[in-house]
Amino acid sequence: MIEVKHIDKFFDGGERQVLHNISAKFYDGKTNLIIGQSGSGKTVLMKSIVGLFKPENGEILYDGRNIIAMDNKQIKELRKEIGMLFQGSALFDSETVMGNVIFPLKMFSTMSHEEQRERAQFCIDRVNLTGSEDKYPSELSGGMQKRAAIARAIALNPKYLFCDEPNSGLDPKTSIVIDDLLSDITHEYNITTIINTHDMNSVMGIGENIVFINKGHVGWIGNKDEIYAVDNEDLINFVYATDLFADVRKYRLEHGYSKTRGR
Amino acid sequence: MVLFKSLEVFGKYCALVWSSIGVPDKWKEFFKRYINEMYKLGIDSIPLILIVSIFIGSLCTILIKINMSNPLLPRYTVGLSTREIILLEFSSTILCLILSGKIGSNIASEIGTMRVTEQIDALDIMGVNSANYLIMPKMLGMITIMPFLVIICMGTSLFGGYIICVLTGIETPDTFIYGIQSYFIEWYVWFALIKSLFFAFIISSISSFYGYTVTGGSVEVGKASTNAVVMSNIMILVADVILTKLMLQ
Repeated sequence: MIEVKHIDKFFDGGERQVLHNISAKFYDGKTNLIIGQSGSGKTVLMKSIVGLFKPENGEILYDGRNIIAMDNKQIKELRKEIGMLFQGSALFDSETVMGNVIFPLKMFSTMSHEEQRERAQFCIDRVNLTGSEDKYPSELSGGMQKRAAIARAIALNPKYLFCDEPNSGLDPKTSIVIDDLLSDITHEYNITTIINTHDMNSVMGIGENIVFINKGHVGWIGNKDEIYAVDNEDLINFVYATDLFADVRKYRLEHGYSKTRGR
Repeated sequence: MVLFKSLEVFGKYCALVWSSIGVPDKWKEFFKRYINEMYKLGIDSIPLILIVSIFIGSLCTILIKINMSNPLLPRYTVGLSTREIILLEFSSTILCLILSGKIGSNIASEIGTMRVTEQIDALDIMGVNSANYLIMPKMLGMITIMPFLVIICMGTSLFGGYIICVLTGIETPDTFIYGIQSYFIEWYVWFALIKSLFFAFIISSISSFYGYTVTGGSVEVGKASTNAVVMSNIMILVADVILTKLMLQ
């Protein structure tokens, strides 16, 4: 489990506060979603959790280990337990799909070359990319690139999986494939998966634990079954943001609902 | 303000170079990249070096001959002067200025693209020391291969001078060869080779720095690539003055 406690993050020499006293829990074997509008601070929160940004206050506990208090060597060790899927896939251009997936195994495993290839092939098969092993990223579609990046992220059997906007740039059907894949992998390997998204299809499809970030604050915490019943104005505006749901949004804002478990 | 900014950039450059120097995460992977970089940055540059060297050697010979009309000067002066110019400046400094355009922009754009497409972040997240993984093989590869490129340049340039003598008859080939062999100072060859090591470090480290620290998109990568070449050239010239003063006086 990853637990975030009272995180504050400032930029511009302390003049601009992006995260305000953020506290949340992200559970093992669940797809944990961080949702919010663009500029709400969800990417900063994710980058803080993985250690790319250092928050000014608070604690980030990976099964009790505070990443903020770790030195570089300890962070390096912890990162071997982390897999990350980037918004743009971040596959190495000069490597094939096999080269990309085998890379973390080459760098950090003690497996023989045959075992590494076997493991990489297993991951490639797991994300349904069999037959694309020798293709370069530029030869793959957006969805295939995401799947190759997922295969690379799970190659070392990570305990924690981070996904930054996994559906960005994908069509709705491919988005569902990626969501299902992430959800399946999370349950299959009992990974603590944190997904940063503003795609409502993902929220309603795989949102087992949802943290809504609004203007750098935690706006709401709950799950996909509770999200329709909240009376949080900002969240209602976010959920029913499109014109398609304009009437629903108006109705919800005017009539509201009784409070739910979400905070 | 400019001074403060320059110091800040220099500090970041030193910090990056320092973080790139260290024990690689995986030696096997490092050697693979090291060999690959030597090939990509060095061997692939040989055709350019051959073309540039042969023409510059020819030009030096022609220009020296034109400017040595005094009958009191021995005829072998053409070969001797061509050799000195090539050994002292062209084969190391001018060659590296030319190579910084090719290699420097290559390094900066490659690493810069990796930065803006989050590939460097991916390395960091995996626990790989991205600076060490990406930059050290380039620096060591360049430092290793550069003296060989300088030797190739020396030989080809002198050959270019010889060829122009044969083709145009501005000087007899025998006199040119005699000039090349006259008053030979071995230290000048070592001087060029030692300078090239510094220049190789300057090109690879400065270009890597500009690529590694780029933020934004393709436009910024282009700017970083240009800045890398400009700054490498300036620093090569500064280092040339310092090294010449230290090693030849």
